[in-house]
Amino acid sequence: MSTLTATPETRGADPGRNVLEARNLVKSYGHVVALDGVDFELRAGEILAVVGDNGAGKSTLIKTLTGAVVPDSGEILLDGQPVHFKGPLDARHRGIEAVYQDLAVAPALDIPSNLFLGRELLSLGLLGSVFRRLDKRRMREEAERAMAELKFRLPSIASRVENLSGGQRQGVAVARAAVFARKLVIMDEPTAALGVRETGQVLELIRNIRDRGLPVVLISHNMPNVFELADRIFIMRLGRRAAVVSPKTHTMADVVAIMTGAVKVEAG
Amino acid sequence: MSSATPSAPDPDAGLLSRTKAIPAIGPVLVLLAFCLVFAITNPRFLAPHNLSIILQQTIVVGTLAIGQTLVILTAGIDLAVGAVCVLGTIVAGKLVNLGYDPMLSMLFAVILCTLSGLVAGALVSRLDLPPFIVTLGTLGILTAALRLISKGGAFPVQDDFLGLTGNTFRVGSFVLTYGVLAMLLLYAVVWYLLNETRWGRHVYAIGNNPEAARLVGIPVRLHLLQVYALAGLIYGITAWLALGRIPNADPNALQTANLDSITAVVIGGTSLFGGRGGLVGTLIGALIVGVLRNGLTLAGIDPLWQDLVTGILVIVAVAFDQLSRRRR
Ligand SMILES: Nc1ncnc2c1ncn2[C@@H]1O[C@H](COP(=O)(O)OP(=O)(O)OP(=O)(O)O)[C@@H](O)[C@H]1O
Ligand SMILES: [Mg+2]
Repeated sequence: MSTLTATPETRGADPGRNVLEARNLVKSYGHVVALDGVDFELRAGEILAVVGDNGAGKSTLIKTLTGAVVPDSGEILLDGQPVHFKGPLDARHRGIEAVYQDLAVAPALDIPSNLFLGRELLSLGLLGSVFRRLDKRRMREEAERAMAELKFRLPSIASRVENLSGGQRQGVAVARAAVFARKLVIMDEPTAALGVRETGQVLELIRNIRDRGLPVVLISHNMPNVFELADRIFIMRLGRRAAVVSPKTHTMADVVAIMTGAVKVEAG
Repeated sequence: MSSATPSAPDPDAGLLSRTKAIPAIGPVLVLLAFCLVFAITNPRFLAPHNLSIILQQTIVVGTLAIGQTLVILTAGIDLAVGAVCVLGTIVAGKLVNLGYDPMLSMLFAVILCTLSGLVAGALVSRLDLPPFIVTLGTLGILTAALRLISKGGAFPVQDDFLGLTGNTFRVGSFVLTYGVLAMLLLYAVVWYLLNETRWGRHVYAIGNNPEAARLVGIPVRLHLLQVYALAGLIYGITAWLALGRIPNADPNALQTANLDSITAVVIGGTSLFGGRGGLVGTLIGALIVGVLRNGLTLAGIDPLWQDLVTGILVIVAVAFDQLSRRRR
């Protein structure tokens, strides 16, 4: 199962097609309505930024899309087909991968081990089927190829992740998602814990992922980053979709105004 | 043997981090240093007879330390190693003395030890209880229960099968027991599990970052349960090896098993914080403990002083671990 070199299924598909769609998502926590009837669509080949104030419901929205949270009501369509994720594994099996703010890596393990964590390759033949032996060499080679393909530079593929910089570590987590995602990658503030230069590395990586044909959903509080990267900007406010705008037609000030409710927009 | 977590030596790394690339080099140096000291102070220390004895004296602690390593790699700790093993010896001994089939009796005892590990694992993984408390409780319960069962006293266990692992064979001028072989075999099997299989890789991942392990879809709770059950199984097998060493079931035996097995693990380079280290180091660590106790005994030093020295050793080893962790 050499997933690494598999072309994303979404590549070459007609641009503008909706890869992922959600309709009227509702999710409450007790009295708090985190999602209040949200529509969402992610198009093939785009980077969609999701912005909004603290508590606007961004993470909750994204969690319903990765199966981490089951919405109270509403429907989710993947490639036009209704899906019901009961957990993150369900979403992953359907080709959706997620990256989180905290570095979701095992620091004492090396880069290939982290890249293949939970999906390790076994040796061929009896060694693999009976003795369950890991194919470390193949994992290393595939990891090297994946990193080269994503143009992500690392000191040595055999480095332990703890010996990498913060940006490189998060790069490993992002690469893991990119390598195994067949439909799309979702990232919740992947650069929140990083410095300026390190953020740059990760943004570059995200762009390379999009250029390989995988659409990306990116939550970020950093407006300059959002404007640098996003094809469209999905603005949330108080658990609702306030607007979806293009960075070409709107300024940062416009977006902030919509986010904070200073400007009202009719159904974006 | 290669390291579980190979790391390329950074070109600009100092000596300390470069030696870290070969995980067991530190423990080996410590072992050699102790051997050197004892060899100089007592010519009898290096005699083949004595070296054979050291190996045999290492069997019980060395085998228990395999289970201890597994638990510590998941960032846990097992304070019931000795108690579970004694459970095995008493149950097997009692049943055989009552006239039951020795092989079935031993099997039953091993299963009981595995179940005890399973219960501890369930409490740790399902109820999120701290391993420290769960195994401390197990230690208290088992110690009391075993004294009640055996009415406080030790009793001899004279049986060919239960004593089987004490049988000897010669290699040159060395006299080894089958127990030594069994210990080494267990090390090899569990080493393979830890270093060459998915299961082992996941043990490291869980010890390193359980949340990351969960996010990539590793069934963390189930895995922890398996780790504790496997540790229990190993303690049960150790009970058999222990009966081969000393044909006696004693509820008060193995009082220093916690101290010795934890010392073996941490001095072997496995981090108490989980996710780092491995079995090669533990084997060396167990030999260090064995050599230390043997050397001090040869020098005519009271066992209480041996405990004291081992206590210092474990604290020094943990201090090293903590310092290197701070540097990361
Ligand atoms: N597990 C939960 N239990 C209770 N309330 C929750 C839970 N998760 C989120 N909420 C609430 O739902 C609302 C939306 O939270 P969410 O995390 O989606 O916001 P966010 O836009 O991601 O905010 P931030 O920018 O701070 O990450 C908030 O009021 C939050 O307190
Ligand atoms: Mg959030």
